[in-house]
Amino acid sequence: MNSLTDRLVSLMIGSAAALVAAVLGWVLLDILYRGIGDLSWEFLAQPPEDAGRSGGIAPIIVSTMLILMVALIAAVPLSLSAAAALAQQRHRRFGWAWIASRCLDVLAAVPSVVFGLFGNAFFCVALGMGYSILAGGLTLACMILPILIHTTEHGLRAVPADYHYAAASLGLSRTTTFFRITLPAALPAIAAGLVLGIGRALAETAALIFTAGYVTRQPESLMGSGRSMSVHIFDMAMNVPAGDGRANATAALLVAMLLIINAAAMSLASKASAKLSGQTAEDMNSRQYV
Amino acid sequence: MIQTQSLSVYYGDKQAVRDVTFHAPAGKITAIVGPSGCGKSTFLSSLNRMTDLIPSARIEGQVIVNCCDVQDRNRSPAELRRCVGMIFQKPNPFAMSIRNNIQLAVREHGQRDRQQLNQITESVLRDVGLWDEVKDRLDDSALKLSGGQQQRLCIARALALKPSILLMDEPCSALDPIASATVEALILSLKERYTILIVTHNLAQARRISDEVAMFWMNDGAGEIIEQGPTETVFSKPNHPIAAAYFAGTSG
Repeated sequence: MNSLTDRLVSLMIGSAAALVAAVLGWVLLDILYRGIGDLSWEFLAQPPEDAGRSGGIAPIIVSTMLILMVALIAAVPLSLSAAAALAQQRHRRFGWAWIASRCLDVLAAVPSVVFGLFGNAFFCVALGMGYSILAGGLTLACMILPILIHTTEHGLRAVPADYHYAAASLGLSRTTTFFRITLPAALPAIAAGLVLGIGRALAETAALIFTAGYVTRQPESLMGSGRSMSVHIFDMAMNVPAGDGRANATAALLVAMLLIINAAAMSLASKASAKLSGQTAEDMNSRQYV
Repeated sequence: MIQTQSLSVYYGDKQAVRDVTFHAPAGKITAIVGPSGCGKSTFLSSLNRMTDLIPSARIEGQVIVNCCDVQDRNRSPAELRRCVGMIFQKPNPFAMSIRNNIQLAVREHGQRDRQQLNQITESVLRDVGLWDEVKDRLDDSALKLSGGQQQRLCIARALALKPSILLMDEPCSALDPIASATVEALILSLKERYTILIVTHNLAQARRISDEVAMFWMNDGAGEIIEQGPTETVFSKPNHPIAAAYFAGTSG
């Protein structure tokens, strides 16, 4: 009886996992299958022509990268500081930290189109940035802040209390403890959060249409307007007849970029973590077995 | 030298340690024994103000370490903790190299000279008998060491700050018997140069290594000292009936 139940449960869990993996595999293969025909060096290197039906997406890749860069430069230091402050409040249930956490939860649930309208009203109009890479990047920064703060805070909290006691018993200041002990130990978790944030930022369409704009030319500066890859996919698929092939090719490229950025972020984090704490990356990996 | 006068520790409304008047002579090993949860560790951590890390913790009474009042707000906890080293039950080296484990705190307290730092590192590692085992791999992660080696590294890390007092909270209880014997021998070898307070559940160990014993017992929900004095006297002729039963193995 028991073993039958066990087998049934394993079967259900196993098939659920397989189903999820299969959906992901299907999406990836479908995008690659439909997009690979249009992928070429010219596609990467040339500006779009004929509303994107021919030519490439070079300026769009540049705009995407610039928007992402602005978003991360604005969001990472802010989220790190905020998470450090929240994680310090280990023992208090209520007070400002509690209020801030609840606000972030609400912010995380706000639809991205609302961020787009907010970004348009605040960055483009009120601060006079107009449709620009800067406005788009800052809007994305607002959007990914909750997820960055949340994962960073949890990473910082997960650092064993033993380390804090050891550090305090040696008379280390809170600053030294944070930068030399807590932060290196939390870096892998922070990198995982960063990967989630980058993923959300790269995929974002609605928030950018209202803030970064959708002209296909290369932005001349951060104050220039530019189209992100996700906006391009949307435009090609919905507004341009016979644009499907190019939309799929752009999507394939976007997925590939996402995978590369994720791998790079994780490996950088483990290297930085190792460097800050004075050990090799190999040691970090072996740590879980010690 | 450590002295407490009517020391009580509270966590919120709950009293953990009641009215402890205690004396640990300089250059001797004082063992603190008693059953689990009777306030031994709380008492120990009030001596170097580690209780500050727990927001609800509150201390009443007086703690005097090396003739200075520990509660004195003009004295920074960092300065106090430099002279009062602490060793924990579970070895807790930082996730960094052996060298950095020792040098991080020394640098923090103002020593920047590389040659000096390396000299300190070698001398404390020799003190804990770890030098020959690790001298060729000082830049390897401390987490690669065995449990006993890690605990000795933690002791070396504390010694590097040149403390006069060492507080040890069951330093051998998470180690295997052989590593435990090594650490015990190390503690004995540190006597005379340091004033050592050691919390232990191992009565045989307390009897082997300590000069003085204080016994904690839970009374009305808070820990109190019910017996203290020279080790041999306390173990052979305890005054308190509970202590007598505890040492005889019939209670606790």
